[in-house]
Parts: sequence; structure tokens; C-alpha cells
Amino acid sequence: MRRIALWGLVTVTVLVLMFSYHTSTSSRFAPSQAAVAAREPVVSPPPAMDSGRFDGDAIVTRFGVVQVRITVDDGRMTSAEALQVPNRDRHDYLINERAVPILNGEAVRSQSADVDLVSGATLTSHAYAESLQSAIDKANG
Amino acid sequence: MGMPVSIHLRGPDVRGAAAEQAVAAAYAELVRLDALFSTYRPDSSISRRRRGEVTSEPDDPVLAEVEQLCAVASERTDGTFTAWLPDADGVLRYDPTGLVKGWAVDRAAGTLTGLPFTAWSVNAGGDVLVGRHAHVRPEGADAAPWRVGVEDPRDRSRMVAVVPLVEGAVATSGTAARGAHLFDPIAERMVERTGSTTVVADTLLWADVWATALFVGGERAREAFSRNAPGAQTFAA
Repeated sequence: MRRIALWGLVTVTVLVLMFSYHTSTSSRFAPSQAAVAAREPVVSPPPAMDSGRFDGDAIVTRFGVVQVRITVDDGRMTSAEALQVPNRDRHDYLINERAVPILNGEAVRSQSADVDLVSGATLTSHAYAESLQSAIDKANG
Repeated sequence: MGMPVSIHLRGPDVRGAAAEQAVAAAYAELVRLDALFSTYRPDSSISRRRRGEVTSEPDDPVLAEVEQLCAVASERTDGTFTAWLPDADGVLRYDPTGLVKGWAVDRAAGTLTGLPFTAWSVNAGGDVLVGRHAHVRPEGADAAPWRVGVEDPRDRSRMVAVVPLVEGAVATSGTAARGAHLFDPIAERMVERTGSTTVVADTLLWADVWATALFVGGERAREAFSRNAPGAQTFAA
């Protein structure tokens, strides 16, 4: 994230984690949980989230299996990593090298090198969101 | 819709209560619209509509609005954009998701334009919308446009372009991330070509619609674009 500080003006990134997550059985991810933070924009779910690591469901797609693991510290999700990603051939591998870190990055904080935002073809990944959702549901117990 | 959405603000009071409320309201609207249009929820209005069910409750007026917009989009793109997509069995079903994404962000971002002296941007899964309050100072740090990078679809660690944008939308359509998943309604088959198409337009609704139409629609879409998308720009990667 490019931070611009000039005469007290700063860039603030407000991140919410996949707004479609409200579709989960947990009603605790209300929009008011979106956290405003200058340094480490991270979603702050209610403290009821257990600490530890939680693996989401392994979601089978046409291109392979996607599974996401989240780490929760002190009620906050601090990381999200893909355990399994489709890796059929070189093209997939190249995509995954970049695509999955972007998704992982978006899941925890938003950042980019020399640009403020990135437009790309379909960062949507239903399977990723589904697995991540199930991991969050598990963390909520 | 299942995608990460981030909101970015630049201004003198971005940590204040007004900013927090505006952002919360933007997300609340996205959540509300996602519930209405989620095809993953069997009980959502759109799911019932897709099954052809008639309910006694009146539908939310936005459902009709989206349906009309889909018709306008199909007409304006000369048929290269469609909201009738093949399901798993190849049966064409009403699926406005491709249009709803941009439309929902345009609507939700309305709360951000009211923040005094503040520039804002929204990134919804690779679709970007930016804008600013009318009174943002024309010079200084806040005047800086948002630098929107466009990924190289063949090597997503690189950018093919950077679009500096003060107000407007950038949408990119292609098959890079998920393989052949875009439907060409004229040829009636899934599009398998590589690369991507990027459109810069005033609203994310139309940037999205045109990016999709141009990617699948080739010459026909380009001709429609040159006639019906004044002020918008496109490039392919």
C-alpha cells in the first residue's frame, strides 16, 4: 500500500473480507465490523473467534482442489494461505504463483508495489471464497 | 459474488466518524445486494427467479432495475453481452451476476462521494472504481490520481499498463484466472482465447459490461463500442 503522508493527509485502506461472507450461518460478520486502520488494515471479527489455525473445506473445481487455511490470533485473522491449488500444467502454475498470493494478500491486507490498485481478469474465485468461508465458520466454533 | 472488496480513502479526516460511517454504509449496501443476487443461496430472490418460482412477496425494486439494465446492455453491445448464460447442463438461465458486480459497486460507492475533501477508490475483485468529493483540492497529495495497474494476463506478476484515474472505472475481462468461463452469446459457446480486455469508462457497470462484451464479441462488439460507448476507452492485452 502506498502511503502518502503530507501535512497530515494519509492514505487509509479499509478492508473488509469478502462481503459475501454474510451468507454463512454466522451473523456476526456485520458490515460494521470493517476496521479502519492506517498501518495494518485487518478485519476485526468479534472476539468470539477462537485462536489457532483452521482449514477450510477442500473445494473441488474443474481445475483442481482449492483449500484455504487461516490463522487466528487474539480474535483477529492474521493470515490466509492456500493449502491446495489447481496445478495441472505450467500455465496454471504461473497463474497460481501470482494469483493465490494476491488473494491471500487481499484476505489480510491490501497492498501493491508501484500501483495503488490492480485490475485483472477475474480475481473472483468462488472456490477460494467458499473454502475461506468454511475456515472462518470453524474458527467461530 | 465471492470476491474481496477493498475501499481506500485519501483525505484530511479519513479516520473520523464520518469516514467510518460512509465506508460501513458502502459495505452494508454491498452485503444487501449480494444477498439479493447471490445464486449460491437457494432462497435468494434471484435463485427463485431462476427456477421460475412465483412468490407472493413483492420483489425488491432493484431486481427489476437490474433486469432492465441487462436488456439495455444486450442491446447496446449488439448482443455481445448477455445475462442468459448456460448452466451446468447447458440450459440458458437468467444470470445477471456479470452486470450486478459493477452496478452494485457504483451504487454502494455513492456514500463515499459525500466525504468532504476526500478521494476514494474501490477494488472489487479486480474491478476498480474511483472518485472524489467535489471539493478535493486540485493540487497537492490528494489531487494525485489513483494509479490503477492492469495485469499482464500471461504473467500476472507484471503490469501491461498503468491507468492514472481521478474519476471513473477500470474493468478487465479475460480467461486468465479460471480458464474458459466466458460465454459468447453470438457463437453460443464458451470462449477459450487467452489474453484480456480492459475498459476504462465512467461507471463500473459499463466498464464491466463492455469489457466482457469486447472480450467475447470481437469485431461486432468493437463496432458497437465505437457507436455506443462515447468517452470510454479500451485496450487488449
